Amino acid sequence: MNPELRDLYQEVVIDHSRKPRNFRKPEGANRSAEGMNPLCGDEIKVHLKLAGDVIEEIGFEGAGCAISKASASLMTTALKSKTKAEAEALFQRVHSMLTSGQGNVRLEELGKLAALSGVWEFPARVKCASLAWHTMRSALDGAGTRVSTE
Amino acid sequence: MTALAQRSVAGAPGLDVEKVRKDFPILAQEIRGKPLVYLDSAATSQKPRAVIDAVVRYYLQDNANVHRGVHLLSERATKAYEDAREKVRQFINAAGAEEIVFVRGTTEAINLVAQTHGRARVRAGDEVLITEMEHHSDIVPWQLLCQEKGAVLRVAPIDDHGQLVLEELERMLGPRTRLLALAHVSNTLGTVNPVRRIVEIAHRQGVPVLLDGAQAAPHFPIDVRALDCDFYAFSGHKLFGPTGIGVLYGKSELLEEMPPWQGGGDMISSVTFEKTTWNKLPHKFEAGTPDIAGAIGLGAAIDYVSALGFAAVAAHEHDLLSYATEALRDLPGLRLIGTAKEKASVLSFVVGDVHPHDVGTILDQEGIAIRTGHHCTQPLMRRLGVPATARASLAFYNRREDVDALVAGLHKVQEIFR
Repeated sequence: MNPELRDLYQEVVIDHSRKPRNFRKPEGANRSAEGMNPLCGDEIKVHLKLAGDVIEEIGFEGAGCAISKASASLMTTALKSKTKAEAEALFQRVHSMLTSGQGNVRLEELGKLAALSGVWEFPARVKCASLAWHTMRSALDGAGTRVSTE
Repeated sequence: MTALAQRSVAGAPGLDVEKVRKDFPILAQEIRGKPLVYLDSAATSQKPRAVIDAVVRYYLQDNANVHRGVHLLSERATKAYEDAREKVRQFINAAGAEEIVFVRGTTEAINLVAQTHGRARVRAGDEVLITEMEHHSDIVPWQLLCQEKGAVLRVAPIDDHGQLVLEELERMLGPRTRLLALAHVSNTLGTVNPVRRIVEIAHRQGVPVLLDGAQAAPHFPIDVRALDCDFYAFSGHKLFGPTGIGVLYGKSELLEEMPPWQGGGDMISSVTFEKTTWNKLPHKFEAGTPDIAGAIGLGAAIDYVSALGFAAVAAHEHDLLSYATEALRDLPGLRLIGTAKEKASVLSFVVGDVHPHDVGTILDQEGIAIRTGHHCTQPLMRRLGVPATARASLAFYNRREDVDALVAGLHKVQEIFR
């Protein structure tokens, strides 16, 4: 396997795509948003249980490729118990990692999310990895508007 | 390929695929350090040098507007453009060149029919019949028309192999059916529909038929008079010609009674601020400066394919499709989507629970170009119960080595997603 592919399909990515964490609508969820990638037909729903400023619970549902599922799954594990501001900050860093590579981000601070650091070398797949994050942001805003990557 | 076409190729001269490949400059390149394996011809075909040269020659020597100037360049451009129309006429065996309307592609051809023929004929409560395997371009124009007119869009079903259920289709043709529109060959499944029989069935009920020939024209000879279809649409770029040019064939009596579509130059006979009269066919439907270079390139593509001979092309593609079908069937966990008895050059599949986009990315790293996704047939995907498929599609410039590379690439996919 070439190094780019190994970076893209890291074990963590394969694992989270096969066994997505928080793949459900949590009890008492009070914010939701839908996202879709019209080109691929990928669809995702992100649910949040927001208590004041804190994301008490987060889950997702939907269908998509390994990258989009792994990204959504990793996102849910990273955002649980985080505040809105922390979630927004993490969104910015992940976005930066996905679009411009690891150079601008300290991977060690991203924990397991660093497994998505190979995505930027595959421009056609950046949308797959960012779909869940954009959808989460829409849910967080309370706008709940449908997110589209096109 | 149909059994009929297969019989007719017996004894035909074979295709020297290595020689043919030299005519396609783009194929001789490496992708990520590996030889390009192009298996996406159903999305768009590659172009032989003869087509590229024809377009370049036109711009270098003959470029002028058509049907306008009195100068020599305009005469040459007009002649080349109209010669291309005549080549298309012969290619599909239309009765007259006035039945050949140049458009941007299949999509525009279908929209033209929906917006003119459709708008003039379809009333509230009428029906337009399509099938479950249609491309979005043969769904949405009819949906728009039906919404506008308060008409009903009906959909004839397929079976689990991806074949039309003819009895159902026949049953759905009724006194309110104003048009039947369907694919000659399915872009997602490769199914070759028995269109001659279907046209006969529809005509018995007095229903005109539009055939979407985008995936048929590159693979076998089209004879619109033998098919007796009322409209036939195809794209130049899938037929080894340039993008931006396509063809709408229509029976002249139908085209005559249809109102014009777009207004502008070239489509008029005379214009006053009070009243305009239309130009004769086919110019009535060609408002504005057309894609002259595209038409000339399409003419060159038709010359090229005709010189190869469809018999040789069909025999080669049939061999390749059988070889590929068997090779893919042997892969554990791989499921072919679309297993009709009559198929042309398309292999849709899913690999276990691996999403097709991941398949596509991994194959791309091996220099293999395939299409992944819903192939602009979302309702068909829903019917088949898959969100997406991977699709390898073949043309006459493909060879068994390409299929072998695909199989090796799919082994890599399975290795990564063990």
